[in-house]
Amino acid sequence: MSILIDKNTRLIVQGITGREGEFHTRQMLEYGTKVVGGMTPGRGGDWAADGKVPVFDTVKEAVATTGANASIIYVPARFAPDSILEAADAGVPLVVCITEGIPVLDMIRVRAYLDQKGTRLIGPNCPGLITPGECKVGIIPGHITMPGNIGIVSRSGTLTYEVIYALTMRGMGQSTCVGIGGDPINGTGFLDCLEMFEEDPLTDQVVMIGEIGGNDEEKAADFISTQMSKPVVSFIAGRTAPPGKRMGHAGAIIEGGSGTAESKIAALEAVGVRVAQHPEEIPQLVAEAAR
Amino acid sequence: MKLHEYQSKRIFAQYGIPIPKGQVANTPEEARQVAADLGRRVVVKSQVLVGGRGKAGGVKVANNPDEAEQVASKILGMNIKGLTVRKVLVDEAADIQQEIYLGVVIDRAARRVTMVSSAAGGMEIEEVARTAPDKIIKVPINPFLGLRDYQARQIAFGLGLRGDYIRDFTIIAHGLYKVFLDTDASLAEINPLVVTGEGKLLAVDGKIVTDDNGSFRHQDLAAMRDVDEETRSEAEARSFGLNYIQLDGQIGCMVNGAGLAMTTMDIVKLFGGSPANFLDIGGGASADKVAAALRIILADPNVKALLFNIFGGITRCDEVARGIVAALEQVPTEVPMVVRLVGTNEEEGKAILASAQRKVQTASTLVEAAQKAVAAAKGEAYVPLPPPPLVVYTPRVHEIATPPSSKPAARKTIPPRPAQKAAKKATKPAKKAARPAKKAR
Repeated sequence: MSILIDKNTRLIVQGITGREGEFHTRQMLEYGTKVVGGMTPGRGGDWAADGKVPVFDTVKEAVATTGANASIIYVPARFAPDSILEAADAGVPLVVCITEGIPVLDMIRVRAYLDQKGTRLIGPNCPGLITPGECKVGIIPGHITMPGNIGIVSRSGTLTYEVIYALTMRGMGQSTCVGIGGDPINGTGFLDCLEMFEEDPLTDQVVMIGEIGGNDEEKAADFISTQMSKPVVSFIAGRTAPPGKRMGHAGAIIEGGSGTAESKIAALEAVGVRVAQHPEEIPQLVAEAAR
Repeated sequence: MKLHEYQSKRIFAQYGIPIPKGQVANTPEEARQVAADLGRRVVVKSQVLVGGRGKAGGVKVANNPDEAEQVASKILGMNIKGLTVRKVLVDEAADIQQEIYLGVVIDRAARRVTMVSSAAGGMEIEEVARTAPDKIIKVPINPFLGLRDYQARQIAFGLGLRGDYIRDFTIIAHGLYKVFLDTDASLAEINPLVVTGEGKLLAVDGKIVTDDNGSFRHQDLAAMRDVDEETRSEAEARSFGLNYIQLDGQIGCMVNGAGLAMTTMDIVKLFGGSPANFLDIGGGASADKVAAALRIILADPNVKALLFNIFGGITRCDEVARGIVAALEQVPTEVPMVVRLVGTNEEEGKAILASAQRKVQTASTLVEAAQKAVAAAKGEAYVPLPPPPLVVYTPRVHEIATPPSSKPAARKTIPPRPAQKAAKKATKPAKKAARPAKKAR
């Protein structure tokens, strides 16, 4: 089983006629995701991805026609906040935004609105999520995953692939892999995912991949110690990152001495979470935790 | 992007925040002229984008135009924390009775723009937060309501202000919040906001840091970027769309993805080396992009070895390998190189590297790559570590308890976001009992 997405997920793609949108729509269809529609204003009535997916002018229309229950956004940063709000207003319960570079002030407003609507957003600035063997929403390469019992939640992209790949190579399958994104304000955090993994009967362990910036990992440590029964293995990137510099991700910055890797690692280890020194140690720790 | 004090204060003034009279000077003669025009005691302040200018001797009082020229000639050209002073701000000296800190920041945990204030002005707010956190007043601002008058008053009274100061402070607080929104800032601060002997509030020093993600709607601010703030390599990288941060180590790193780039730096350190940089080449890896990254990394004379760490996902390893080979023809170098390609079409990628003229070492794992790069940088031979003892993984076998037919009804695909976190947490202990009710809804 899985969290957030499975074989019943019916997906629409916002920005389906763009280069990224169309490319990844093909990839998702190939993986078996039910992409039931797409949306690009002014292109309603067209068919995208080799004529396989109908295109609509508005998300509302797309949802009404296709019965979609999830949406993914491949739209440039200046238009992406609008796309998220449109999906929320159309009543889509799960919205995934891949877009990098949305201004943080826009995200503060968007997130506050989504909280009122009860819409769940994954991202922005994230690789999306995948439930191996069932459904892929986003850009995580499907062939490196395998179905299994390990839940993965991460603030990163290729680093997540690295971990998934290392696990798959050791025959350690995943229930769902969620990339929550590298921005300072996002839709879904570690806490939400840990809570869902804890409740998912077919997830036995969780791998949490954090990085410098903010204090979500510290809060996750608190949650793990008080509310979780399943073992969690972690890795935190950025032990060597200099303070005050943004390390690629908008949210990966040590500010005024807070958000350091040391503080996160200490908080996690204090509640019994095994923190790997490097990603290739993760399968080892997972295997030990499974015994 | 950081704005200089003089730039920040000019913006403040446009939003009704009182600032001292003053002008920027590029030469000691200009400083003299500004002081003469002001006709009273002045402060000559270096304009560099680092904190601690005062302690470094970059801020000095001058009693007359002669002194202003003298002081400016000392400050201009001065090196403060690696940055050369090219401009000074000559401001009227204020009669300071009290100093206040007033800032607008983003509180990540609360997901709110937050106004922060403290009666301990002049100090860095982080310092106050460490030493006297109870002296800090924080007011989170609702994004749909904006800053309200009562919130500004709450801060003013909390600071101990009374009488006319309350009204003046409220105007300044609104101005600063508006500056923050209009410049897409991540920080806008007045430090100190001064209570003067004449009974006025005055923004004596200020700072704005803008969110680079918002720069597309601020062409006017783009012109204010101080190119001296970045190293030449960092500026060049920015022009190629590469994310590069120079560090002081010996092993150059070229990686796809920010998280993996940080991880690569960490593992270099873990195995006894030191990273020379952070570099994320992003998705795709054309020869031109790799060549640009190579030139930037190799421009650093400290670099003794280079480590490529590429995870092929959508971008295939064979494409990346071709990019690296072509880039090495464009940028010939003797620096030893270790390439780790993993993921999609890994074997094809390795074969392309093996048949290339310029020989590189290859590695299969991150650990091996880091060790090889560290050994190469030190001019030592690579000695592999013994593999860790293999722990056998035995996943639990789950029996499907519910018959498949009832499965869709038994579980909602998308769990609704809890409307109230606190309420949910409170019901947690009774989770098992509460669950069937939730499903029935």
